[in-house]
Amino acid sequence: MQFLLAEGARIGISLIGVIGLVSINALFLIWMERKVSAHIQLRPGPMEVGFHGALQTIADALKLIGKELITPEDADKLIYLLAPIVMFLPVLVSFIVIPFSPTLLIRDLNVGILLIFAFSTMAVLAILMAGWSSNNKYSLLGAIRSVAQTIAYEIPLLITAMSVIIMVGSLKLTDIVAYQATVWNVLFQPLAFILFIICGTAETNRAPFDIPEAESELVAGFHTEYSGMRFAIFFLAEYTNMFIVSAVATVLFLGGWRGPILPPLVWFLLKVYAIIFLMMWFRWTFPRLRFDQLITLGWKILIPLSLANLILTALAIKIF
Amino acid sequence: MSGFFTLANLSFLLILTVTFGGALIAVAGRNIFHNVLGLALSLFGVAGLYLYLNSPFLAMMQILIYVGAICIAICFAIMLSEPLYLPRPPRKPAKLAAAGLGAGLVYFMLSMLVKKTDWVAAPVRGTDWSIATIGHYLLTRYALIFELISLILLVAMLGAIVNARAGRGSAES
Repeated sequence: MQFLLAEGARIGISLIGVIGLVSINALFLIWMERKVSAHIQLRPGPMEVGFHGALQTIADALKLIGKELITPEDADKLIYLLAPIVMFLPVLVSFIVIPFSPTLLIRDLNVGILLIFAFSTMAVLAILMAGWSSNNKYSLLGAIRSVAQTIAYEIPLLITAMSVIIMVGSLKLTDIVAYQATVWNVLFQPLAFILFIICGTAETNRAPFDIPEAESELVAGFHTEYSGMRFAIFFLAEYTNMFIVSAVATVLFLGGWRGPILPPLVWFLLKVYAIIFLMMWFRWTFPRLRFDQLITLGWKILIPLSLANLILTALAIKIF
Repeated sequence: MSGFFTLANLSFLLILTVTFGGALIAVAGRNIFHNVLGLALSLFGVAGLYLYLNSPFLAMMQILIYVGAICIAICFAIMLSEPLYLPRPPRKPAKLAAAGLGAGLVYFMLSMLVKKTDWVAAPVRGTDWSIATIGHYLLTRYALIFELISLILLVAMLGAIVNARAGRGSAES
């Protein structure tokens, strides 16, 4: 009985913590995105609500909660309702293994990084469900594009992560952090780091890889028909995905929570948000790729490069 | 301690429900997209079974490969096949019987295999089944099986390329 109580309390506290982090992170990131885009385009961005518009996203979230939930007439109702949930749940699961600091992590599983990759693939299924069940050709087109893109970019993402994993010899995220006690992996694996960031940007469907939701050609793609909180959940999942990809990149390449003077948690969040800033910078600097360019980049450049990197890493490990 | 066991039983029942429910949707549904989603649900349940057997590595691989890759590849195939909104012709009894016979045969052989095998409880066997051990076995003791599986994948890939090339040729001419 004591075991059940202790585990129940543990699960409850972790869940509350993760959901709190997810919502605050999304609120902050949306504000940050607006501010970054505004300053890149030489304008101030939101300024009215709170200090430099800091409370703007809260106002927007309240507006979204108040909006009507619309279900299209010919939609496949059940799948239409399930899609946002299938999108959001795997995102929550990924937080189980992320080490925020030496003591702050939910469970130190020895399949850690595999768990994150396994559950992140479910997002594609959710996008497909949303696009198909909306019964709207733009949504379906967006969903199909998303599937093609994710298949093309998942492979180099996994292979680059693999070259770090065979260096460390463990799938456990804490082991990967421990391995970087003196030198960060990014110094051994600069190419892998660059590839990982590119593929991570593509995995989160962000510009210049945002073909699945290209506003100007697809009217927002797979979530065109969603409104109110259902749309907000897709949005929440997208920004949380950004956080997770950046957190994985931090753990794999930038030494996780390691750093001088400041406490580990601060270092971890600093690195994560620095990578997110980089991704925002991409978005507001590069134009969107055309679909064939995107697939060509994935299959003909990123996959061979990541394979070459993996083979080189394996050779180097055997020799030294 | 008894509370723990009932919890384990409860989770086992839940996993079974998910697996069988998904399998039923995959077989009985008339909408091919629902079939794929049912299959994904069922495979997810199988991952749950691996987790129940204390093999998280296999469970994660199951989700990564079967739910993440195979189901999405099937979705791709569906997008390329005939439109979903057309009414489906009723199922032919002969086809149903053949499918039932095939599935029954596989089930019969598997259950015979399960019956014949002398199962040893995990604590008695006492081998280390970590990821490193699995990797080691795949490259030593089970290398032949591993290579055979890769051969099957190679053949499938070649078949796909041949099919795709033939399709392209006929479209041009």
